Amino acid sequence: MNSFIKLGALAVEEVKELSTGGWAAENAWIMLVLPFVSALAILALGKRKKLWGSRIAIGMMSYVFLHGGWLWYLSITQGVVYEKAVSIGDVGQNFHLEWGWVVDGLSSMMYFVVGTVALLVFIYASSYMKGEKRYAGFFASLSLFAGAMLVLVASPNIVQLIVGWELVGVASYLLIGHYWENKENSSAGMKAFLVNKVADVGLIIGAIMVAVGAGSFRITEILHAAEEGTAGMTKVAVAGAGLLFIGAMGKSAQFPLHVWLPDAMAGPTPVSALMHAATMVTAGVYLLARFFPLYEGLGEPVRVYIMWIGAITLLLTGLLALVQTDLKKVLAYSTLSQLGYMVTAMGAGAYTAGIFHLFTHAFFKALLFLAAGSVIHAVHSNDMTDMGGIRKFMPTTYKTFLIGSIALAGLPPLAGFFSKDEILVGIDIANVTGNQFVLWTAIAGAFITPLYMTRAIALTFFGSYKGHGEPHEAPKTMTIPLVVLAALSVVAGWVNIPGVYTGFATWTAQRAEEMDLHHAESFDYALLTAGVVAALLGVVVGWRLWGKDAETQEARDTFEIPVLYPLLRNKYYLDDFYLWLVGLIKGPLARFVDWVNSYVIDTIVNAIGAMMVGLGGIVYTVLDQKGIDLFMNGLAGLAGGSGGKLRLLQTGRVQQYAGAFVLGAVVLVIAFVAIG
Amino acid sequence: MALYRSRGSGVGNMTAVFGLLAGAIVFSGFRVVTSRNVMHSALYLVGALGGTAALFVMLSAEFVAWVLVLVYIGAVIVLFLFGVMITRAPMGREASLDNEKRGFAAATAGLLFLMLSGSSLYAFKDVELQGLGETVSTADLGISLLGRFVLPFEIVSFLLLAALIGGIVLARKDLTPAQEEEGGAV
Amino acid sequence: MSIVPILILSSALFSLGVYGMLARRNAVMVLLAIELMLNAVNINLIAFEAAWGTVGAIGQVFTIFLITVAAAEVGIGLAIVILVFRNRATANLDDFTLMKG
Repeated sequence: MNSFIKLGALAVEEVKELSTGGWAAENAWIMLVLPFVSALAILALGKRKKLWGSRIAIGMMSYVFLHGGWLWYLSITQGVVYEKAVSIGDVGQNFHLEWGWVVDGLSSMMYFVVGTVALLVFIYASSYMKGEKRYAGFFASLSLFAGAMLVLVASPNIVQLIVGWELVGVASYLLIGHYWENKENSSAGMKAFLVNKVADVGLIIGAIMVAVGAGSFRITEILHAAEEGTAGMTKVAVAGAGLLFIGAMGKSAQFPLHVWLPDAMAGPTPVSALMHAATMVTAGVYLLARFFPLYEGLGEPVRVYIMWIGAITLLLTGLLALVQTDLKKVLAYSTLSQLGYMVTAMGAGAYTAGIFHLFTHAFFKALLFLAAGSVIHAVHSNDMTDMGGIRKFMPTTYKTFLIGSIALAGLPPLAGFFSKDEILVGIDIANVTGNQFVLWTAIAGAFITPLYMTRAIALTFFGSYKGHGEPHEAPKTMTIPLVVLAALSVVAGWVNIPGVYTGFATWTAQRAEEMDLHHAESFDYALLTAGVVAALLGVVVGWRLWGKDAETQEARDTFEIPVLYPLLRNKYYLDDFYLWLVGLIKGPLARFVDWVNSYVIDTIVNAIGAMMVGLGGIVYTVLDQKGIDLFMNGLAGLAGGSGGKLRLLQTGRVQQYAGAFVLGAVVLVIAFVAIG
Repeated sequence: MALYRSRGSGVGNMTAVFGLLAGAIVFSGFRVVTSRNVMHSALYLVGALGGTAALFVMLSAEFVAWVLVLVYIGAVIVLFLFGVMITRAPMGREASLDNEKRGFAAATAGLLFLMLSGSSLYAFKDVELQGLGETVSTADLGISLLGRFVLPFEIVSFLLLAALIGGIVLARKDLTPAQEEEGGAV
Repeated sequence: MSIVPILILSSALFSLGVYGMLARRNAVMVLLAIELMLNAVNINLIAFEAAWGTVGAIGQVFTIFLITVAAAEVGIGLAIVILVFRNRATANLDDFTLMKG
């Protein structure tokens, strides 16, 4: 199954019947610039007028939502393909540094997702973070993040993409470590940043390879070279594609680089909702989607690895969600698992499925996080052992959480069902080795997901409340976003119903023809049934295990599988392994560096210093005193001596002066006469 | 002065007359600078000036000749004599009236003479004296002096005034501050 | 007759004057020698006037000026010598070495 990009390096005109998006597309740069401007404005105003921090951010985000929404609407109705790049310099002769923006199906979808989720999260956070420290700085960082994410998804060239990528990482670091007074939080931020940095090595090397192979930084040209199979590209395509995927593994937290995401839950809940569920972590999937023709074409051998790593992630992290007592950690591992789904889908070549799952997941995972935040805010604890019976106290939160969970579980007719089903179909028809095994893994994942969600719901919302007092429902500013997201979780899936309405596929596949060939023409009923059955099974088993003793306080969450659970509780000992690995290198490396410093560098520095001192001494004694001073003294002596001698001419005797000038005049005249 | 208008050309005699005069003048001049007696030097200068006046007459510059006699000999030399007397220069013989630089001075003077006469010879050997018969009349001189050269005339008159005043200032006695207060005694 | 002998005469007088100016010890004698020099110049002027016959007798007019200036100069010069003599009680030029460097 090959897909070919009809679009060449420049030609918007080549693609027929797609519009150029008009004013909104030409000025999409406003969406990119405005968040940064608002971040600066918030920083400027924030100290004095705290509330303006959130107002500016919400205002900015509303604009982005409207603009992005409009672009999405245009994309739906007309189809938009627009790309604009402004040159800002050259590297060497062939590589042009540009800054620009893309408006096409994929980007518009991302604008819409970022705009919607971010706006709702901002509104929620304005209430959630009220009274917290560094309120304004929080919104400034959030605006920075929003801007960076938009820059990332809007980039027409790979350099800008990397810029956005790194900026998003910075924003993540800042926001995770928002409560940095607690060392754990700043360490979590550092862990996220460093793990991403390890992956970014792959990203950058991969980017350079494909750019050099294609002879340009522009993504369209890279993809064009990839599917044309140019000579330069063929050499680097596989390695480049693989390295790019490693970069994606960092940002989208695939096994084994997933370890940062659970710890990132140390940040405030709105951050987790926005970044570590809906947008930032999907950047890796976006990367794979954007470079999909590369993975279809010359980069094809990498896809098997992508699919397998996605599958491993999907399964292992889903299992980890079963043993968590922290509500946010459950959701974090759930996110990891769903990211695994998306990555697997991309590996299997199911472009539409992966993107579609990104789309739906953004809404219901953000919803789940925000609802969890609502609970945590009321209970003042993340730990599910402190919760219980919340549904009586916070009905709206409960209902929305439930809707989100059903969507996540993949039960029809909610959003998750359609996207997960799409993925299953995509894996099934994939032309990649081992896709059937992966398919069974995915179905197993479809079982585990509702399993841990049911556990979470049971432990949190059912039973009796373990804490003191009575938690109260969240304020409207927090519940309204929940409701909106719940609504979206319901309807978002309906844009891509195989056999009925496949608009989504068409919308996101602009600029590429035949990509929607990967899209199933109608429901594959076998897989559909398998998925739904697995989900229902998960709910039932989960309820039986954890929801049964709802009214009693004993025997809650005591389900245990002997070997597996300790392994899960220790997160497969991965963190310990990494620490040991780093420690292995760290000691000798530090000692080596110290040795180099003391014996090599210090020696050199000291030698240079001694040499300089010696040189200075030589210059002083020889050059200065003997040489220059001698010269100067000589000059002075000469002046004095000649002055002394010449002084004798000034005898003070007029007659001698007269004699001198008469003689001089005579000599001059003789000379003139002789010469002239 | 019409009496002195010469009638004949008398060129042939001119050279002889000139030679005589020249000899006299040179001798006088030589004695001016080599005489050991200051008084004698001054008087020899009178002789030189007188000879020059005669030469001027010969060269048809009668008015100038008489001006020379009147002003130079009549006033300047007298002034010199006054000066000699006031400065109590040795009236009699002095051991050496010349300084130790005589040789150098002689050499310079000799060189100068050679140069001047050589260049004169070279440049003006074809120049002839003309119209010696007709002297320039005083009227002509007057017209020229007060016509074409009125400006230098006036300036020189200023110069004389300045010299006069300067001389007076220079020559009066030094006044003590007390005397100056009173308006100064001359 | 040619002008050259007159010019030679004036050169001789001038040179004698220079000698006197350089060699004489007494200030008054130096002034005398200077008078000699000026006189030599006067002869030159008149001679050339006789040779070329200019309009307005420039040579002679100039000679008159020269005589006038010489007179003024002698006046001042002698006044200065007298003053110096008053201060120093000597008119010997070799003794006036205040400007010695």
